[in-house]
Amino acid sequence: MPSKSPDEILSELQPIFEEALDEPGLKVDLNSNASNTPNWDSLAHIDIIEMTERHFKVKFALGELQDLKEVGDLVALIIEKTN
Amino acid sequence: MSHFNLSIMSLDELLMKKRSLKRALSVRENLQPIRIAVLGGSTTNELVNLLELWLLESGFSPTFHQSEYGRYYVDAVHDTQSLVEFKPDVIYVHTSVNDIQTFAPLQSSQNEFENYVANEFGRFKQIWDSISEKIGCIVIQNNFEFPSHAILGNLDATKNGGHTRFVMEMNRGFALAAEKNPKLLIQDVCSISARVGLANWFDAKRWYSYKIMTTVEGSRELAISLNAMVRALYGKSRKVLVLDLDNTLWGGVIGDDGVEKIQIGRETPVAEAYTAFQEYCLSLRNRGVLLAVCSKNNEETAKQGFQHPDSILKLEHISCFKANWDPKHENIALIAKELNLGADSFVFVDDNPAERAIVAGQINGIAVPDVGDDVAKYVGIIEAGRYFEQTSFSKEDIERAALYAENSQRAAFETKFADYGEYLDSLEMIGEIDRFKPIYIERIAQLTNKTNQFNLTTRRYTLADMERIAVDSKYIGMYGKLSDRFGDHGLISVVLGRLEDEALYMDLWLMSCRVLKRDMEVAMLDAVVEAARKADAKQIMGMYLPTPKNSMVAGFYAGLGFEQHLEIPSGLPAGATMWKMDVNGYTQRNKHIKIVEYDNA
Repeated sequence: MPSKSPDEILSELQPIFEEALDEPGLKVDLNSNASNTPNWDSLAHIDIIEMTERHFKVKFALGELQDLKEVGDLVALIIEKTN
Repeated sequence: MSHFNLSIMSLDELLMKKRSLKRALSVRENLQPIRIAVLGGSTTNELVNLLELWLLESGFSPTFHQSEYGRYYVDAVHDTQSLVEFKPDVIYVHTSVNDIQTFAPLQSSQNEFENYVANEFGRFKQIWDSISEKIGCIVIQNNFEFPSHAILGNLDATKNGGHTRFVMEMNRGFALAAEKNPKLLIQDVCSISARVGLANWFDAKRWYSYKIMTTVEGSRELAISLNAMVRALYGKSRKVLVLDLDNTLWGGVIGDDGVEKIQIGRETPVAEAYTAFQEYCLSLRNRGVLLAVCSKNNEETAKQGFQHPDSILKLEHISCFKANWDPKHENIALIAKELNLGADSFVFVDDNPAERAIVAGQINGIAVPDVGDDVAKYVGIIEAGRYFEQTSFSKEDIERAALYAENSQRAAFETKFADYGEYLDSLEMIGEIDRFKPIYIERIAQLTNKTNQFNLTTRRYTLADMERIAVDSKYIGMYGKLSDRFGDHGLISVVLGRLEDEALYMDLWLMSCRVLKRDMEVAMLDAVVEAARKADAKQIMGMYLPTPKNSMVAGFYAGLGFEQHLEIPSGLPAGATMWKMDVNGYTQRNKHIKIVEYDNA
């Protein structure tokens, strides 16, 4: 199965961010992060990670979680894990 | 109305929909407010968010207060101001094996081991005592799960220095403490985590990253169990298990196969599994859950199944039996009527998904677990719903099923008398009516919180409220117990009057429906008037606050001869009525119940 493109992964992440940040219609891009996106606090972050792991059926390692700074990092990590 | 069933949603679905679920569940009417403080050794937000959904589904409107992680001790014992100001109804102390500060060292003697345990236990006792002294509300404390790994291997459970052994000893201490303190409830996380499996319970990554101890699966199990405990505290536990017959209580179709061919007994693996399920149902009945049958069958054929020599359940165990060809939801409505219980206290078990769907869709509030059609899994699925949780077992609970059986005897007896008064006299009733007594306070609070139908105001009071009221001279609280020649009904009526401006305002007047039409309410009125007279009150002021469930008492005060009082105090709900009766000139009315006081009983 061909691996997903960053754009495909980003679009699958949108509903997760909408739910976790409680912002229906919210659009995140590869540069979105906790400081430039509304409601992205530490609790929302837990939700984002949990839902992402479940949706893509991946598990992030502790060190990987620590290094996540923006949505682009998350997308890259998902690509790495699903390949 | 739309139906939700959180318990059958997958976690993936639940997480993705939790905000919309919360919104949809929050707009429902008649939600009961409850204030819950959560003092955690870990971050509790995820758990609280899940608990909120379950409580909303149960009909509560919860408000939460959470400590910062790890501040459970300080917030309960030292910096208590914000907790006190929050005015919690319930405080949940959520700690884990991580919160045990000092385990006994490896080479500890028995004496040293006990000292280490006492030291850890002392911290928790301080928490409970401080809450009791400063707030007085119910405390739910979870016991400890076993450690994620056993350093000493199998010896971890036996050596004084083993952490597993330490946890077992702490849990034993918690159990003993709860037995002595009715306001301390233990959530059995030791068992809950074991059922999930410790490998699926702990997630070290989440601990290091977010200071959450458990997986989301673990948080969900905690929420389900807490919801069940809160429901039990507020009298919302389920009371009746309604059972289908063919392929639910026995294998096969009795109408087609005949009684000799149904699968029950020890002969085959399938028969054994049905036998075990019947044993489970009987054990529920023995702890006070009523059993009812709702089956599409000819009644006579259906009843033959219970005469099968291997049938564990006998007809006498079934409090209400409906076998006919009418739709099941109609039969369940009839069962509710005959048992005098709301169908929202029912759990319905049927192997047929179509029957489950129609019952779930037609009957508000009934629990319909998705038991599937494999009898080997029924018990696990029903138990996972935690429907029949109780916070204590009273004598009444254990004897309830027997009482309902006695009630059917009484009904048979009743038909022999032409005159109702003669029938009442023949029951040889003895009523014990007196002011609230400490020994009955738990039962008084329990009855107050679970009675919905014969309840004039449906006001709820916690155990702590009742304890306070019992010693407050502004209040006159009275209970009634009733027994008759067929058995003891226990404590079945509570009235609570508040003295104000030379009148006694009846904040509560409620009675268990199982003693309807016994003139017990008349005997209670006699006692209330007498107590009012002694307190120099000139009038009794009654109040009826309508709810969806208490229309049966809309005419209660009129029936007792109260006059309607047209000035309705502000703040009462629409449809509320006020009633008054003069104390002067009242003569005692009860003729059929011999009344005794507490000391003489």
